[in-house]
Amino acid sequence: MAEMPAIEREKCNGCGLCISVCHCSALVLVDDVITVIETEECSWCTQCEAVCPTGAISCPFEIVVDER
Amino acid sequence: MAVQVEFLKSIPYFSGLSPAELDSITELMFEKTAEKGDIILLEGESAEALYFVVSGAVKVFKTSAEGKEQILNIVRPGESFNDVPIFDGGANPASAQAMGPVVLYGIKKSGLEVILGDHPQVASNVIRVLSQRVRHLVSLVEDLSFRHVTGRVAKILLEHTDDETGPRPRLTQQEMAAMAGTAREVVGRSLKALEEEGAIRLDRHRIVISDKQALRDMVEAFS
Repeated sequence: MAEMPAIEREKCNGCGLCISVCHCSALVLVDDVITVIETEECSWCTQCEAVCPTGAISCPFEIVVDER
Repeated sequence: MAVQVEFLKSIPYFSGLSPAELDSITELMFEKTAEKGDIILLEGESAEALYFVVSGAVKVFKTSAEGKEQILNIVRPGESFNDVPIFDGGANPASAQAMGPVVLYGIKKSGLEVILGDHPQVASNVIRVLSQRVRHLVSLVEDLSFRHVTGRVAKILLEHTDDETGPRPRLTQQEMAAMAGTAREVVGRSLKALEEEGAIRLDRHRIVISDKQALRDMVEAFS
């Protein structure tokens, strides 16, 4: 299962800015609230998080050490 | 749910107390839960209680008049926040927000006064905890005053990898920016610079530290 950006539905104002910047069509508006479609194409560019005016989208990073 | 004695044993505040003493303390504490994004404390408001994080993570931060956020600390299980106003009687010096679902144990000033009166050991524990807090804040002032942003981001990455004490909360670029005292965009540029130097690799939602020593060198280089 592909990890996807997290949405806080109650914060979304349905402006659609995130859809406009998404490179992989992973975001759609359903009933005026943003919804994520799971896709391997999402490169975690974090642009949706950057443009969201209400802080409804977050793209958190896990920080790990490569032990090889 | 009742406050668990087992958990209190792991809190530095109550180190060295007997099970019976810890049991008496549980009666002065209360449980509070919060969901991701909930504001637990607001800067400037009067202080009601100090809190210990039982599970989850809490962000303690200041906000400027322009809305810019500066994270002072990310509080993890076993650690406390809002200690200062409980001891000095002032307002909350910073706001606190749940970074995910959190469970907290709270204690009011009156309850803490009872504990300090009954268990002098707690007073020396508190001195140790507050001294560590001052050390952390001095380090933050040093970072904000003298360290280049790329070095600050490198330091944040080194300090937020999972270790033997357990997993660290995930961080967004916005949160890293708030910790480094800079703009989100600057963090993005810094991550790219660290990747170009070969210190890290951006692997979708993972920041993989591929050369820990190189990252440490970046911290020093940008000091």
